[in-house]
Amino acid sequence: MRWIPVSVEDPTLRLESLDVTFETPQGEVRAVRDLSLSVAPGECLGVVGESGAGKSQSFLAVMGLLGRNARVSGRALFAGVDLLTLSRAGLDRIRGSRIGMVFQDPMTSLTPHVRVGDQIAEPIAHHRGASRAAALQRALELLRQVHVTDPERRLRQYPHELSGGMRQRVMLAIALACEPSLLIADEPTTALDVTIQAQILSLLVELKQDHRMAMILITHDMGAVAGVADRVAIMNQGRLLEIGSTGAVFKSPQQQYTRSLLASVARIDAREPVPAEGARTAASALALTDIRVEFPITTGWLAAPRVLRAVEGVSLQVAAGEALGIVGESGSGKSTLARTALRLLPPDSGQIVWLGRRVDDLSARELKPLRRDVQVIFQDPLASLDPRMTVSQIVAEPLQVHRPALGAPERQAEVIEALTQVRLDPALAHRYPHELSGGQCQRVGLARAMILRPRVLICDEPVSALDVTVQEEIVALLADLKRRSGLAMVLISHNLAVVRQLCERILVLYLGKMMEQGCAASVYSEPLHPYTRELLACVPIPDPEVQPGRLARALPGEPPSPLAPPSGCVYRTRCPHAIDVCREREPQWEPTRGRSGAVACHRWRDPGVAP
Amino acid sequence: MNDVNPSREPSRGLWCDIRVRMRRDRGALIAGAILVLLVALALIGPSLSPYAYDTLDWQHLALAPFNTSSHLLGTDRLGRDLFVRALQGVRISLLISLIATAISVAVGVTWGTLAGYVGGRLDGLMMRTVDILYSLPYLFIVIILTTLFTRGSLPVLFISIGAVGWLTMARIVRAETLSLRKREFIEAARATGLGTGAIIWRHLVPNLLGPVIVYATLTVPQMMLFESFLSFLGLGVQEPLASLGSLINDGAREMQSAPWMLLVPAILTTVLLLCFNLIGDSLRDALDPRER
Repeated sequence: MRWIPVSVEDPTLRLESLDVTFETPQGEVRAVRDLSLSVAPGECLGVVGESGAGKSQSFLAVMGLLGRNARVSGRALFAGVDLLTLSRAGLDRIRGSRIGMVFQDPMTSLTPHVRVGDQIAEPIAHHRGASRAAALQRALELLRQVHVTDPERRLRQYPHELSGGMRQRVMLAIALACEPSLLIADEPTTALDVTIQAQILSLLVELKQDHRMAMILITHDMGAVAGVADRVAIMNQGRLLEIGSTGAVFKSPQQQYTRSLLASVARIDAREPVPAEGARTAASALALTDIRVEFPITTGWLAAPRVLRAVEGVSLQVAAGEALGIVGESGSGKSTLARTALRLLPPDSGQIVWLGRRVDDLSARELKPLRRDVQVIFQDPLASLDPRMTVSQIVAEPLQVHRPALGAPERQAEVIEALTQVRLDPALAHRYPHELSGGQCQRVGLARAMILRPRVLICDEPVSALDVTVQEEIVALLADLKRRSGLAMVLISHNLAVVRQLCERILVLYLGKMMEQGCAASVYSEPLHPYTRELLACVPIPDPEVQPGRLARALPGEPPSPLAPPSGCVYRTRCPHAIDVCREREPQWEPTRGRSGAVACHRWRDPGVAP
Repeated sequence: MNDVNPSREPSRGLWCDIRVRMRRDRGALIAGAILVLLVALALIGPSLSPYAYDTLDWQHLALAPFNTSSHLLGTDRLGRDLFVRALQGVRISLLISLIATAISVAVGVTWGTLAGYVGGRLDGLMMRTVDILYSLPYLFIVIILTTLFTRGSLPVLFISIGAVGWLTMARIVRAETLSLRKREFIEAARATGLGTGAIIWRHLVPNLLGPVIVYATLTVPQMMLFESFLSFLGLGVQEPLASLGSLINDGAREMQSAPWMLLVPAILTTVLLLCFNLIGDSLRDALDPRER
């Protein structure tokens, strides 16, 4: 059992009936209502809720960072001072010095044209009056604390030269620069891959213990909270619903909302079995053979273009009624592969076969009638809908292309049927996309894809931009569509827990290459490739009894640049089992588990490496 | 993603958007009203007056405005009614600038969307053409054009002025197209099987309308100014026809003895330019997605 601080000490921050109201042209919006909570030194409070719950607004209000149209009332006591009554100058002495902050997007939170070292040194010089040399020395020390590799070099780099995970570490270093007594982290890992997410979360745990800071972790991710937080506050629609020790809230939630939130999280350790692989009698609906996609990267006028190998030697087959999950970190070539399979990008070599017909050498004109059988939905639900068209125009467009003879009333009937099929109210047909919620937009995208009754549906991260409860609905809808229409589905996702709910077979990609492929049951229960194992280990489990231990085992390391992939096995730079042969030779794609799976690893059979 | 949509306003498209937002802008409303008034006056005004734009009234040469005769704004040194000539000038100037703008919109949008959407070599070729045309001293080209053809022929004026305007429009449209092209709804349209032309017409152009309208509104005064400039140099509209530019040219010669001959067209030009610019600025604010 973990140490849960008892409130003998004075809390670091105490909120008393905090209210936040926004004046908007449509009237007042009450973002936060009557919020009271506290956080003690050395304690991490997880604040959980879906979008619109008011969790970020509460703490932005505390820091005085809300826009001019916001009204804040109540009290926010920090070290005996009510932050809400402080002048700007008074707040400036506290912000960035005694309270540190980390935001979601590490890309936009750093100034692009200032070197990393100077960005860390700035608050030190500002709040402590240290000299530049001393501040830079301290910056170096901080980078070591947040486990940035090669910190001396990083000091002189610009933010765009760092990976997302590195940038988030730099953000943490800046937040920690003046040894704050409170750290507010607002969705610090949402924009990161699962592996990097696990590293950052375990770093947060370490920092909290080393510095005895109070920490507030604002997130929508129950798994992240389970691994890091000592206490949890659940918020919904601006209200605090429930607060208590993490163990208690997860084990016996008092509120219906908390229960539904916990129930809708896709869990990698779910009790339901993974979809079983059926008899492979059905003909293959989509087949890719040895696909290679390269992008020339021009760095300047005179420099020779470098080649980025986005996808190399990938083959896959999906049969009707079957779902294949493609997983991997960002940069693994998942989306490029999807666009190639759709023939939105031309492959540099390899074959693409749709429903038994080879399509990689067809012209756009020849391809057009075939496109109705292979459809797609995208990650960003809003961006995938034309903002100047209404829902019914969007959904009807494929009909105009492929069944131009259809009259307006019939077309309208088809649109209404498609909307009903994705469980969307047909009354929304005359709305514009920006008037819909994320989940509704994704349903419109799905209706557009399904209206032609395609045989193959490619889903590129279909739920990762959505709230967990909405995710669950969309996943259920996809499962239902697949079952009823015998659709062949390719599901691309970085979320292995979501893939587990839908897919019979899994393909693991790393730096554009295939690492492992197999039926879901065996990949999840006994992954053969060390990378698959690492991916699975990093998926957070919303269970405070196991998640802290899982976090502690997260491996360090980030994917290398795809412009300069490692020799031999591309995964060797992060692999705990790498030996000489991994550097020298590229591993073969070897069949395993009878004929259903395959793996590319030199050591998958070696004792101590094999599971 | 917000599941509860905060805006409770009814469904709206582009035009509705513009209406709602511009209604809040007092300056643009007044500018719009003045513009409508001026256009109406230019259309019907000359027919209310007993004089035509080229009638010479030998009794009243260089008459000052607001006199007892029927020449409301006085006459020029040939006795032509300044009120009628100024409104005639507004007509010609508006006509030229609107047609030139229409040409620049049509050519610029086609050129820009094609270059931006198709990309690759075609993009390079098309945009280098624009660069080359940009670097030519277009004033000389216009001078050559106007001397090759009949001096002051209106079609030549339309084409030569419009040929200058579309370059910037093409660049703006191409830049917008490049950012739209990466959006997923374009990919979804391609996956549906829509051809290049259909994607440009159905998905790109409607989404480009905002910046195009704004830039077009700001192009109208530019064109008007350019026309005035050409006419001032004597390359534009020829006597007895008048445009605002040629009227200013005439008036400038009599600046000392009869300042109203300069002031009347100059004030009209300024008011027109100001109106167009105010409306353009307001449209830009209304259509800027960041303002939402």
